[in-house]
Order: sequence, then C-alpha cells, then structure tokens
Amino acid sequence: MGYTGKRMPRVDAKDKAAGRAKYAADLCVRDALVAKVLHAERAHALVRSINTDRARQAEGVEAVFTCFDVPKYYFPTAGHPWSTDPEHQDVADRLLLTDHVRFWGDDIAVVVARDELSAVKALRELEVEYEDLPFVLDAQAAMEPGAPQLHEAFPGNVLGHSSIRRGDLEAAIREPGLIRVEGWYDTPTVQHCHIENHNCWAYMEGGRVTVVTSTQIPHIVRRIVGQALGRPWGDVRIIKPYIGGGFGNKQDALYEPLCAWLTTMLGGRPVRIECTREETFHCNRVRHAIRSHIISWVRPDGSFAARKLECWSNQGGYASHGHGIAAKGMNAFPQIYPCDNLECDAWTVFTNLPPAGAMRGYGIPQATFAGEAHIDDVARAIGMSPLELRRKIAMPKGYRDDFSGNVNWSDSFRACMEAGAKATDFERRFAELSKPQTGNIRRGVGMALYWYNTGVWPISLESSSCRMVLNQDGSVQVFTGETEIGQGCDTVYAQMTADAVGIPFESVHVVTVQDTDTTPYGSGAYASRQTYVGGFAIDNTGKILRGKILDYAAKLTKLPAGQLGLREGFIENDRGERLMSLAELATEALYSMEDSRHITAEATAQIKSNAYSFGCSFAEVEVDLRLCRIRVTRLMNVHDCGKLINPQLAEAQVHGGMSMGMGYALSEQLRFDEKTGRPLNGNLLDYKLLTFTDHPRLEALFCENAEPTSPFGTKALGEPPACPPAPAIRNAVLQATGIAFGAIPMTPEKLFRALEEGGGSDV
Amino acid sequence: MNDRQFKHIRCTINSRAVDAMVDVRASLTELLRGEFALTSVKHGCDVGECGACTVLIDGEPFNSCIYLAVWADGKDITTVDGLAEPDGSLSPLQQAFVDEGAIQCGFCTPGLILTAQSLINRGEPLSDEELRRELAGHLCRCTGYENIFKAVRRALDESLGKKG
Ligand code: FES
Ligand code: FES
Repeated sequence: MGYTGKRMPRVDAKDKAAGRAKYAADLCVRDALVAKVLHAERAHALVRSINTDRARQAEGVEAVFTCFDVPKYYFPTAGHPWSTDPEHQDVADRLLLTDHVRFWGDDIAVVVARDELSAVKALRELEVEYEDLPFVLDAQAAMEPGAPQLHEAFPGNVLGHSSIRRGDLEAAIREPGLIRVEGWYDTPTVQHCHIENHNCWAYMEGGRVTVVTSTQIPHIVRRIVGQALGRPWGDVRIIKPYIGGGFGNKQDALYEPLCAWLTTMLGGRPVRIECTREETFHCNRVRHAIRSHIISWVRPDGSFAARKLECWSNQGGYASHGHGIAAKGMNAFPQIYPCDNLECDAWTVFTNLPPAGAMRGYGIPQATFAGEAHIDDVARAIGMSPLELRRKIAMPKGYRDDFSGNVNWSDSFRACMEAGAKATDFERRFAELSKPQTGNIRRGVGMALYWYNTGVWPISLESSSCRMVLNQDGSVQVFTGETEIGQGCDTVYAQMTADAVGIPFESVHVVTVQDTDTTPYGSGAYASRQTYVGGFAIDNTGKILRGKILDYAAKLTKLPAGQLGLREGFIENDRGERLMSLAELATEALYSMEDSRHITAEATAQIKSNAYSFGCSFAEVEVDLRLCRIRVTRLMNVHDCGKLINPQLAEAQVHGGMSMGMGYALSEQLRFDEKTGRPLNGNLLDYKLLTFTDHPRLEALFCENAEPTSPFGTKALGEPPACPPAPAIRNAVLQATGIAFGAIPMTPEKLFRALEEGGGSDV
Repeated sequence: MNDRQFKHIRCTINSRAVDAMVDVRASLTELLRGEFALTSVKHGCDVGECGACTVLIDGEPFNSCIYLAVWADGKDITTVDGLAEPDGSLSPLQQAFVDEGAIQCGFCTPGLILTAQSLINRGEPLSDEELRRELAGHLCRCTGYENIFKAVRRALDESLGKKG
C-alpha cells in the first residue's frame, strides 16, 4: 500500500497552528441569547418551589424556565447506538431540568438573557425551596439496607450486577500448598479535562432544530435530542465542527437537549450554552470510582488455582453509560490471566455524586490498576519477579474468547513485554533496585499489562457509513459519520482513501464537519473503534468508487475494465502505462453530452467482529522520602495495536494517554465534602493536572502484528495508552518503598501517611 | 438599573491600529473574540488556570481572560493570527508544531505557540528544564506535552542557531 503506514502530515495541523480551525463557540452567531443553568446546591433533595419573579425582571433577561416547566419526556444520555430491543435500551432517567436533585450541581432551572453577565446575575435572583433528603456518596454504603434511595426503578440503588462463575472455587482452594493473596484497590473519581469546555448553540430553521455542538457523537445526539423533546428525529440537525478534546465526556448528550428545547421555546432564536470549567467538573460526566477486592490462590510456581473478584462501581446520580463500564472491567479479569476456577461480581451503584460516564479506557484503567497492582502483590508474596510471573501467566497465543469471538492471533502480551523489558533494561534494573536501598531518594521500576478490545460488538451495533464524491479535478471528498476529536482520524481516513481508491494523498478532502443532514450515519468517536470500523466503510466505499471510475475508463479507452488500473490518480493499462489522468476522466464523465455521470459511492459496513489490542507500561520512579514526592523518571508504553496507519499520530496518541495515566497515578482526584456532598476542587487550580514540568520524556514502542479481521490490519489505540501507566507507577513505588498502595492517586499526603504507619520498613 | 460603562480604547492588534468602545467589565478575551472575531483566542477556564487564552501584550505572554479589555489601551497585541506570513505560510515555530506532531485537538495550540514565540523573541538559550518551566502555565490534555516540547525545543534552537 502507498500511504497507509507512513508519517503523513495531519490534514488539520496547518489550520490549527494558524488559529483558523473553527470550534463550536467560534461559529456562534453574535446575536445568540445566552442560557445559564441553575445547579442545585444540595446532594439530594426535592425542589419544592422556585420563585422566579425577581430573575424575570432582571435586566437583559428574556426567559426563565424551571423544573416545573419542562416536558416529561425521560431520555437516556449515553452515547451508545440505539437498540431497537427495549431490553437493551439505555436507562431513560433524565429530564431537561429536574425537581428531584440527585447530586450537588443537578440542573433545576435555566435563565436565558441577552448576554452572559445578565444571565449570571439573574441566576442569583432565583429563590429555591428544597426539601432535603438523606444522601450517600459511597457505592458500598449505597447498597446497605436503609440507604437513601435515588431511583424508584432501582431498589437498593443497584443499576446493574453481573457475574462470572467458572469451575469450582471452593474445591480448588483446598489444594494443598496454595498461597492466598488478598487486596483492596480503589480508584478515584476523575474528570476528562478536555481543554475546551462543552458548549453548544441551537436555532430553528424551516421548523426544524439545529444544534451546533462540541460532541464526539453527532448522530447519537440527534436521536437523544429527538427523544428529549418528543420530536421526530429527522426534525433535528446536529453540526459538529472541530472539538477541543472529548475523552468520553462528550460521548454523552450533555446540554444539547436543553439548548435545543430553549430555542423551540423562544421562537427559534439562537441560544447558546457554554459550560464553565466548574460546570465541566461538576455537571458533565466523571470517570467511575471503582473499588475492587481481589483474592488469588496461587501455587508456588505462580500459576493460579482460583481467583475471586468483587467490584463496586460508583455511578453517581444518573445512569449515563452505567454498568457497561464495570462489566467491561470485570470481563477483562479472567481473560488477561486465564484461570479455571473463578468467581467475579461487579455492581454498579447509584450514589449522590456527579453522574459517571464514559472516559478514555471505559472501565479498563480502573480494572488495570486493581488487577496489575494485585499481580505485583502476588509476585512479592511468592518471591518471583513481576516480569517472570507475567510471562508465565498472561493470556497465551491462540486464546479465544467465546463471547466476543476475539482471538489472540499473535503472542501480543509477550511480544510487548519483551520489547519493553529490553528497551528499559527492566530485568537488570529490577534486580539492582531490589537490593536494600538507603538514603532519602529511593528508586524503583514497575510494569503493568493491559487488556483491551476494539469497538463494542457484540454488545452493541457496530456500523459505519461513508460517502465519496469525485470532483472534476480527480480529487475526492470523503464524508463519514466518524468524528475527528483530536486523535487524527481525518488524516488516517485520508491515507486509507488514497490507498483504497488509488489517488494521491493530497487529492483526498476529508470533510471534517459532521452535519447529520448530509453526513452518512456513523456512531462516532468511542471504544477506540473508528480506525477499525471506519476502515471497513472506507475500504468498501473506495472500492465501489474505484470500480465506477474504471467502468467509465473502460468506456473511454475501449479496453475491458479488468485490464485497467488506477494508481496515483492515473488510469493505467495492465502494463502500467498511463492512459489518462483521473482529472481528465472525471471532467469528461461529468460534462459528457452523451453519458454524463456524477461519480459517487456510498457504503455501510456492519462489523460483527472485534479485535484484541494489548500492551504494557514500564515505569521508573524516584521517591523523595522527606518531601513525600514521587517523580516518574522514565515511562514507556508498548502497544500491539496492529498495523500503524500513521506512526507519528499513533505515537502522539500514546503520549497523551500516558500523561493521563500518570495524572491518574499521582495527582488527579475530584473531592467531595463528606458532610454535604459539595464538590471541593472543581477547578484547574485545585484539581491537579500534570504540567510540562511533571513529565519525563514519554516513550512509545509498537509491536505491529497485523489484525487479520481488519482491511488495514488495525485495532484499538485511542484509549489503551491511558490504561497501564498508573499500576506500573504504583508497582515501581512498591519496589522503591515497600509500600503497596491500594489506592490512587498516590499523593504526597497519602505517601506521608503510609510512611508514618511504618510502610517501607522492608527497604 | 443599567450599570454598563464603556470606555474608548486604541491599540494595535496584529500590527493593525484599531480602536473600540469596550465594556469596562469585559476581558481582553471577550474583546478579541467578540469585537475582532479573533476566535484563535481560546478559553478553557476564564480564570487564568489553563493558558488557552494567551496573547502577547507588548511581546509578553498574558492570560487574556484575566486581563481587562480596557487595560489594552495603548498596547501592542499579538494573537496567533499575527504570526503567519501575509501569504498564509506558517512561521518557523508554527511549522515546527506541524512537523513534530505537536497538535492534536488544537485547542491549546494558539496559546502555546504564543508563549513559545515570546521565548524565541527573547533570544536566550534555555535548558530543557527551564524550557519546561516557561511553558508550564499551559495545560494540554492531548499530547502529554512530549511533541510540543520537541517542537518548541527545535524552533528555539534553530532560531538561536540562525542568530549565532
Ligand atoms: S481561559 Fe484564560 S487561562 Fe484559561
Ligand atoms: S492538543 Fe488538545 S489540549 Fe493540547
């Protein structure tokens, strides 16, 4: 192939460097009204009344709506393809505004004004009367009898429970000589922190509603807006320009439904909603905090006799993506280290925290922290090196998962592990640093594997559509429903199209803006699916377009189509001689007085496959015992994501995920006041994102084992990089200090406490 | 009650002398985005925490979200729009961002480029650590800063090399 596999320049980089790329707010019309939402200042309450008199009279205010004014169309918000089977539909538990407040920050009223300041000032004039209800913030506590109940339809607050039973655990653990290793592992509530806050604006045209929005999933948002407003879905048009990051937060319908409803209430005038950073933290979505309890019964040679996993996933106030996250994490557990005797249970539980949704990794960062921290605990318990243990027990080549049909075609885990271990000199460093250390600075190395898969089949539909239109100059427009969110899909799609059709890279124009009126259906950016699934659609469509071109070429050249080819924008005969340019052909085809053809192609690819995508992290840390500071001095990720379409973009994607994983390990946590449920650090000063100075050079390696089910040999890469760094860093800290952290982030405070409690005594 | 007050200011924006009536409460971000349609000035927090709104004021980087528009009176302001050549070709720094794969979603990019440009204009060599510290006022969630660092390092070294 010609362009796939090469470091082609990003198609959007120049516009972004020049400041010309337009994001949703940049396109907003100047006369748009500004809507500001009133967020409840209670963790759990009923709204008795809202006095709007003073707010309505405030300067610049056009309208005020409260939870008592909105239509009662309950809608789901999760960015999943719709299921026509009611059993599999997402939980519809949201209204545009609610009188039953389920978390601090829930939406209870909205002010629309001529400008932002007037709207903000009018919000302060709203008087709310609450009836307070008891609240609960912890998932396990929410399952206790007598705990406050959030949703009538879910007694005991359990949104979902799933389990795996394999073999006979009770019998297996009676085997003599087993070592029992038990651990509790907690991951925090964190937020996506894309630098562009979610924002959208809506207006009406021809009796239909248009929403321009910062979303990852325009086609799905269209359906949800339709559901929320009780309008036919075709009445809604969603436009998605460039977006400033999403990471899963924008894989939910956020404020699009409310914004759309407001314009319908205001005669179709344009209305905008722009979240502040605080709203992004408190009132969008967060990553599920998950507590895991793992017990392994291990033989002295490292093999597992039996294993048990229980996990509790904190859903927050609304279902959003719900149990899918915990379930995905639990399903990884028996696959990554297969074991004959298993008991696994996962519960997803409503609490009075902000709703948790999708976030880069979808349950796997949580599961990887727990699972891989535990593997190092096991390695310590049996006195084996963590690398040796993983070599021995990780999923073997040829493993097949019955549910998804996934096959481990190559020995991905070992290939990645060996490559990373060699590049970081892991074995030698590990042996060296295992010797007793003295002094204030302690060093350690650690590693972690991760399990991932690509796309959502067989849980949900996987389909993607593409349209290509040939221009008179031989260039091609490509439309897909899959979205550029910074990851670089427009560029890889251009590379794929160039190869599939047989034209130069520069002749491909990927239409970056999705407009549901003109863009064919695609589910959007999630599940690390787009390169894989979109690749099928592009390959299919490219072949159809190429066929139509060659068909016309046959007519013009009077040669059989089978003897013709299209390469680099030229029609060639079977000896490779150029007969005419595609530009000549396209111009002739369009303007022909006898046989005019507008050469276009369109195809939908439905995929009933999935693909494993595995890899690992290697970390090296320095721990300053006096300052209680952990510094990551080296971090490397190794991925087998199949064939790389664009190595530079792939590396960049890995760097970003590693950085997110480092923040997860060391500093990020959204905190809430235990006494009130009020968020405490919802801003970029108190919520600690890592900066330039916290990062070592980030190193990315790849083992390119082509995925046989994919036309371009690719599999997931978007989310995986964020999964393994946190446990690798935790395990490095374990080696450096002897402290087996059971919770992240490993902040100076937590390190201080652990040292005070006598942790690290064995170093 | 109408508490709006306006003030007339004159300043230079991207080498062009302009004047405007500004709401005394407005930030420079609002002025540049609203009045002058310079939407390259992004904003991610509006309180000086993320760096997305950075512009150069008399050559120094400032978070325009916490800089009042009225303070811009008499100042020379540069946004990223002012860095490219008149024919649209990118500056060496912008080109380095493109070549090094330093751009993903692109939302942090204009601000970062401006801070980096101010470092280049200063014309002093910086160690890796100093460079990281100079750029640390900018948050980027996509890149892990790795390729941004490479791009700025390269553009800075090249500009010093040329001068030296
Ligand atoms: S918007 Fe100005 S620093 Fe964040
Ligand atoms: S490139 Fe997305 S925030 Fe920096």
